[in-house]
Amino acid sequence: MGHHEVDPNDSVAVMIEETGYDDHFHDHHHGDKYQSSFIGHYIFSMDHKIIARQFLITGIFWAIIGAAMSIVFRLQLGFPEADLTWLRPFLGKWIVVNDGIGTLSQEFYYALVTMHGTILVFFVLTAGLSGTFSNLLIPLQLGARDMASPFLNMLSYWFFFLAGAVMFYSLFLSTGPFSGGWTGYPPLSALPQASSGSGTGMTLWLLSLTLFVVSVLLGGINYITTVLNLRTKGMSMWRMPLPIWAFFVTAVLGLLSFPVLASGFFMLIFDRSLGTSFFLNEIFIEGQALDRVGGSPVLYQHLFWFLGHPEVYIIILPAMGIVSEVLSVHARKPIFGYTAMVLSILAIGFLSFIVWAHHMFMSGVNPWLSNFFVVFTLIIAVPSAVKVFNWITTLYGGNIRFNSAMLFSIGFVSMFISGGLTGIFLGNSAIDIQMHDTYFVVAHFHIVMGIAAFFGMFSGVYHWFPKMFGRFMNETLGRIHFWGTLIGAYAIFWPMHYLGMAGVPRRYYSFEAFDAFKHFGPMNQFITIAAIIVFGLQLLFVINFFYSIFKGRRMKTKNPWGANTLEWTTPIDAGHGNWPGKIPVVHRWAYDYGKDGKEFIPQVQPMEEGEVAGDHH
Amino acid sequence: MEVADINKPLTFRNRIHPWIFAELVSFASIIMMFGALTSAYIVKKAAGNWLEYSMPTHFYFSSAVVILTSILLHISFKSFVKKNEVLYKTCLVLAFVSGISFIVLQYYGWNALYAAGVDLKANVSGSFMYLITGLHALHILGGLAALVVAMIHAFSLPFIVTEKRKVRYKLVCYYWHFVDFLWIYLFAFLMFYK
Repeated sequence: MGHHEVDPNDSVAVMIEETGYDDHFHDHHHGDKYQSSFIGHYIFSMDHKIIARQFLITGIFWAIIGAAMSIVFRLQLGFPEADLTWLRPFLGKWIVVNDGIGTLSQEFYYALVTMHGTILVFFVLTAGLSGTFSNLLIPLQLGARDMASPFLNMLSYWFFFLAGAVMFYSLFLSTGPFSGGWTGYPPLSALPQASSGSGTGMTLWLLSLTLFVVSVLLGGINYITTVLNLRTKGMSMWRMPLPIWAFFVTAVLGLLSFPVLASGFFMLIFDRSLGTSFFLNEIFIEGQALDRVGGSPVLYQHLFWFLGHPEVYIIILPAMGIVSEVLSVHARKPIFGYTAMVLSILAIGFLSFIVWAHHMFMSGVNPWLSNFFVVFTLIIAVPSAVKVFNWITTLYGGNIRFNSAMLFSIGFVSMFISGGLTGIFLGNSAIDIQMHDTYFVVAHFHIVMGIAAFFGMFSGVYHWFPKMFGRFMNETLGRIHFWGTLIGAYAIFWPMHYLGMAGVPRRYYSFEAFDAFKHFGPMNQFITIAAIIVFGLQLLFVINFFYSIFKGRRMKTKNPWGANTLEWTTPIDAGHGNWPGKIPVVHRWAYDYGKDGKEFIPQVQPMEEGEVAGDHH
Repeated sequence: MEVADINKPLTFRNRIHPWIFAELVSFASIIMMFGALTSAYIVKKAAGNWLEYSMPTHFYFSSAVVILTSILLHISFKSFVKKNEVLYKTCLVLAFVSGISFIVLQYYGWNALYAAGVDLKANVSGSFMYLITGLHALHILGGLAALVVAMIHAFSLPFIVTEKRKVRYKLVCYYWHFVDFLWIYLFAFLMFYK
C-alpha cells in the first residue's frame, strides 16, 4: 500500500496527519488478506466494528423473540377467557384446544416467563447492549486500531452465537424449554423430574448460559486490556469519554461476577447429573422422599445473586455512559461534573458487589444480616442521584437538539428516576415483606433496568447509526417510536405498582381463583393492550433500522453531530484499522462544547496558547 | 496470522505486552471462580452435616510435582531468551512430562479418597472436594494443551528468538505458574479447612 492521501479541505484529517502518532500501520500492515472473502469480512470478522454490528443484529433478533413471548403471556393475563387457537401455528401443542377454545398451556406459560427473562437479561441487554457499544466505541473513542486481541473478540461473538443457538433449539423441545424462572433456583432447576422443563430444557439452559459466560469473559478481558493498554497518545484515563468509563467498569463487573455464576452452574450440573446434593435437602416429589440430603438451596441463591446484582449494573452502566455522551453532544454543553460522573460509576460498580442479598430478604437470610444489605443498597441511591443531578444540569440552559437520540436519552433519565425511586422502597427489608414477589418488583426492575436500558440502547443506535452504517435512520419514525414507547412503557408498568401494593403475586398463570385480585381484570387488560401497542412500535423501529441500512439518508460529512470524540474523525467507510494513516493524538477532554465562543472543539485539536483546559477546575 | 499485528503494542504506553496483560486479567476471573467455590465450601461447612477426611498422600506428591513443573518452565523460558536451545527444549519436554504426572497423581489421589470412603455423593464435603480438584485438573489439562502447542513450535519452527515468540512462550509460562499457585492454595485450603 502506498502513502495515504489526505484531502486538504478535511481539516481534521490534516490535523491528524500533522500531529498524529505514526505507528507505521502501513509498513507492517498486510492489507487484511483475511477480509478479502465475504466470510472473512462479514462472518468470521475480526474487525471490532463488524463484530459490534453482529452483536447488535443478533440482539435485535433476540429482542423480538423475547418481546413476542411477553405478548403471549400478557394475553393470558389480560384476556384469560380469550380463544388463542390462532396461535397454534406458532406454539403448536402448547395451545390446548378444548371445545373449540384454545388456551395457553400452564406449563408453557412458565416457560415463556422464564425464557423472556433469560433472553432479555443476558442476550439482549448484556450482549446486545454492552457487546455492541463496547465493541464499537472502545477502540474508536480511544484511538486504537482494534481490540487488544481481535481473535478473542471474534470468539466472544461466536460463543454468544452458540449460546443463542442452543437456547433457540431448547424452545422447540417436546418437553419445552426451562420453566423454573430466569434465576434457575433449585430444586426446580436441580431435579429433572421436578417439572417438564427441568429435564432437557434445563440441561440446554445451563449449556447455553455456560457458553454465554465464556463469551462475556472473552469480551470483558479484551475491553479491559484495550482500555488500559491501547489508548492513543494524550488519552489519559481522565480524558476518556464517559461511555468508555462505563464500558470499562461494566467489563470489570462481568469479569468478577460471571465466574461466580459459572461455579454455581457447575454445582448445579453435579446435582443434576452426578447425584450430589449441593443444593438439595429433604425433598418430596409426589409424596416420595428423595434420598438427597445435606445441601442448601439458599447457597445457590447466594452464588446466583452474587452475579445477579452486578448483572443489573452490567446492564445499566453502558446505558448511563451512552446517555452521558449523547446528552452532552446534543445539548451542545460540556457534561456537568465529569469527575463526579466517573466517581459515581466507580462507586456504583463497587457497591454492586455488596448488596446481593437484598434479592433474598424473604428466602431465609438471617434478618440481622439483612440490615447491612439494606444500608448498602440504600447508599447506591447516592451515586445514582449524583448522576441524575448531573444529567439534568447538563440539559439546563443547553441548546438542545430534540432528535431521536436525544429524546431517548432524556427518556432514559425519566425512566431511571421513576424506577430508581421504587428501588428505595424495595431495598428496605421490612417493606419487602409486603412487596416481595409482587408486581411492584416487576414494575420496578422493568422500568429501571429494562426500559431505561433499552432507552440507552435506542439512544446509542440512533446516535451512532451513521458511524455503523454510513447512513441516518429516519427521524420521523424515530420520534414516533420515542413518544409511543415512552407513553406506552409508563402505561404498561405504572399500573403494576398498584397491583403489587395490593399484593398481586408475580409469575401466576391466572388470578381467576383469587377473590382479592379478581377486580384487577380490567387493569390487566389495559396493561396487555398497552404492551401490544408498544410491541408494534418496536417493530416500527426494526423496520426503520433495516430499511435505513440500505436506503437511509447518506452520511455526507464525517462528523454530522459536531461531536468531539475520536470516532467521528475516521473516514465514513473506515476499514479495519480505523484511521488510514496516523492515529490521532488527543490534546483535550471530550467535552469542549461552547468553549471560547466555539461550538465544539474536537479532541484532536491542540490547545491554543494560553487556553485553559475545559476540565480544569 | 497477520491480523494480530493490527494492534502492535504502543511503545509510549506499554511496559507490559497487552496479551500478557489480558492473561493477568483473565486470572482474576479464574480466581473469582475458585473463590466462589471455596466460599461456598466455608458457608456450607458452617451449616453442619459435614464429613471430615484427610488428604491422600498423593496430593502431597502432586504439590511437589506442580512446583517442579513451574521451575522447569522457568528454566526453559530463561534458556529460550538466552538462546540456549538444548536446555530450552529439554526443560520444556520435562515440564510436559511433569504436568502429565500431576494429572496421574491426582487420579490416584481421587481413587485413594474413594477407597477411604469419601464418596462424591455421600456428603457435601466430598462433593466439594471432587468438584474443586476436578475443576482445577481441567485447568491443568488446558495448560498441557498449551504445552503441546509450545512443543510443536519448539520442534517444528527454526530456533529464532523473536519478540513475538517470547511473548507467546511467556503466556504459557505465566499460565502454568498461575495454575500451580492455584493448586497450592486449593490444597492448603482443603487440608487446613476441613
